Amino acid sequence: MALIEYRDALNQAFAEEIERDPNVVLIGEEVAQYDGAYKVTRGLWKKYGDKRVMDTPISEAAFIGMGVGASMLGLRPVIELMFWSFATVAYDQIINNAGQIRYMSGGLINCPIVIRGPANGGTNVGATHSHTPENWLGAIPGLKVVSAATPYDAKGLMKAAIRDNDPVMFMENTLLYGNRGEVPEEEYIIPLGVADLKREGSDVSLIAHGRAVLTALKAAEILASEHNIQADVLDLRSIRPLDEEAILKTVRKTHRAVLVDENKPFCGVSAQISATIMEQAFDDLDAPVARVCSLDAPAIYSPAVEPLQLPTPERVIEKVLKLA
Amino acid sequence: MPKTEVRSTDYANAPINENLSKEERVKLLREMMRIRRFEQIALKFYNAGKMGGFLHLYIGQESVAVGTVSLMGDNDHVITAYRDHGHALAVGMGMNECMAELYGKATGCSKGKGGSMHYFAPDKNYWGGHGIVAGQTPLGLGLAYGIKYKGLKGAALCFLGDGAVNQGVVYESLNMASLFDLPVIYVIENNKYSMGTSLERSSVIDKCLAQRAEAFKVDWALANGEDVYEVRAVTQQALERAYEKSRPTVLEFQTYRYYGHSVADAKHKGGYRKEEEIERYKKQHDPIVIFKNRLLAEKAITEEQFEAIEAEVKAEADESARFAEESPYPTVESIYDDVYFEVDRQTEAGRTGRFFFNN
Ligand SMILES: Cc1ncc(C[n+]2csc(CCOP(=O)(O)OP(=O)(O)O)c2C)c(N)n1
Ligand SMILES: [Mg+2]
Repeated sequence: MALIEYRDALNQAFAEEIERDPNVVLIGEEVAQYDGAYKVTRGLWKKYGDKRVMDTPISEAAFIGMGVGASMLGLRPVIELMFWSFATVAYDQIINNAGQIRYMSGGLINCPIVIRGPANGGTNVGATHSHTPENWLGAIPGLKVVSAATPYDAKGLMKAAIRDNDPVMFMENTLLYGNRGEVPEEEYIIPLGVADLKREGSDVSLIAHGRAVLTALKAAEILASEHNIQADVLDLRSIRPLDEEAILKTVRKTHRAVLVDENKPFCGVSAQISATIMEQAFDDLDAPVARVCSLDAPAIYSPAVEPLQLPTPERVIEKVLKLA
Repeated sequence: MPKTEVRSTDYANAPINENLSKEERVKLLREMMRIRRFEQIALKFYNAGKMGGFLHLYIGQESVAVGTVSLMGDNDHVITAYRDHGHALAVGMGMNECMAELYGKATGCSKGKGGSMHYFAPDKNYWGGHGIVAGQTPLGLGLAYGIKYKGLKGAALCFLGDGAVNQGVVYESLNMASLFDLPVIYVIENNKYSMGTSLERSSVIDKCLAQRAEAFKVDWALANGEDVYEVRAVTQQALERAYEKSRPTVLEFQTYRYYGHSVADAKHKGGYRKEEEIERYKKQHDPIVIFKNRLLAEKAITEEQFEAIEAEVKAEADESARFAEESPYPTVESIYDDVYFEVDRQTEAGRTGRFFFNN
């Protein structure tokens, strides 16, 4: 298997889907001639040309709305937001249009669009650029939300997202783009709604998505080597649809859950996971569900402080030790 | 104001400029030099790893901020985008707090919370520093509305880029500005690129971007932003329109950024623009060189005086880096400060109910 960067895993997914389906088109700011602000689409414009890879002006409401409209005619636009934080400018198109059109048309209209881009804090770009909107969007029935932690998952999930007939909000991460991981040569697809157990243990379940999965894995290593605690690490991969079975399975095995979540705690993804566990596995718990979220304030700029605003392995370990 | 391209012989003779004292002229030059030197030092320490995030340099565009802001009175206000260091220094913010902000220090203008893109100084009528492209444009409208509502004679100067003009909210704002007679001046700093996209690839243009104002019956002008006298002359007319008629204006200044979109933009040389183009602007259109030569010709300054100013602004910038370096970082606990007024002040409202949800 080839060891490739997260960004290139996505890039492969785009190239394969562009070749497979003439309706797939990449749209966004700087995605074509500049190769993408984060080089995720590099080389694609050169290879596939203006028709399949399209630069836009800075007009998010218009180009996302354009993608929604085109998807109604059967195109499969894959739209890049340079940062997911800029989705606020196009909220009507994302929520009212992409999210509601199928329902309000009584199922007559589909919206097979993918909206994608980085959705993370931790890069000292200030509060306007550091939102993690998977919880905002996951709260909207009609939208699907995906979050990939590894290159392998990024590629497989992106291919599923592009082929999906509903609007999929795909959360990437600028801190992960350069990470390398194994990606097979042969084609594969990871269905939405299937979590992945990234590490097996028996004492506690660490449940996370996106970069927090890597934080949880680091914590799990230290817990094993220094505290003799074996953790399951469950990567949700998809927020909506959500693999509840996998969540319940790990909790029923370890009887303890610590949720690691780069969302803020209030109505963060982990709040929903916590409710799920409480509603469906209450009797299996030996301790209350615990959470490690981002500190509950706008993202601070200061490079010395921002890393501590996000969940760290240390905070995860501290929580786990409190439960044990 | 003529609704055609403004190309006059000499704006030095415009009333707003011809009465300037020598000292006032030299101050204009000095302010531009301060901005440039501040950013050169910022770049040096950004590259040394002292700062995080993005650094968008204003170098090459200094005449626009300095020329426009030099006309501001007590009731005039400024708001801009993320390329905000020039406007900040022009309104009188200190290099120390600006540099410390870049370092993410507690002594920064935003206590290390906002960073390069988010400078603020309401005490200097400076309302930021906004990271979302065109997000500042309806806020500029709001400043103008507030000025008018309070019965003051003033204007809101709202800066935006040539890329920002394609956000819909710009036109919603222009329509309202015209409809409600609001004293806002939209200043388009046309540096020809929005990140790696040239003007031609992002905008449909007839005469120029400012001309779009015609659709809203808003007066507009296109001017050469490299000449600080011209910037002032053209801005003065817009200010008068705001003060006397409470009418908006759209100004477009042709200008150029020497560095990449941000320091991370590796493609700006030889990628989306040619290196010769950058060199040509530096050689032929540099606002500081142009104005220096002007002042030399006017005998408002000597070469020695110019060099003395160079040394002073360099010392000031160096000192700001030292100040920033020696300042403390914000504490982790301070993350929760400045979120809510009521909580910070521990008013009754701030003590009622739970505000923050980490356990
Ligand atoms: C809504 C939104 N979309 C995209 C961006 C990313 N972005 C930041 S600056 C920029 C280019 C803006 O160019 P222009 O308006 O010409 O200003 P300049 O950078 O030249 O000063 C882009 C695309 C953003 N910050 N906000
Ligand atoms: Mg520009």
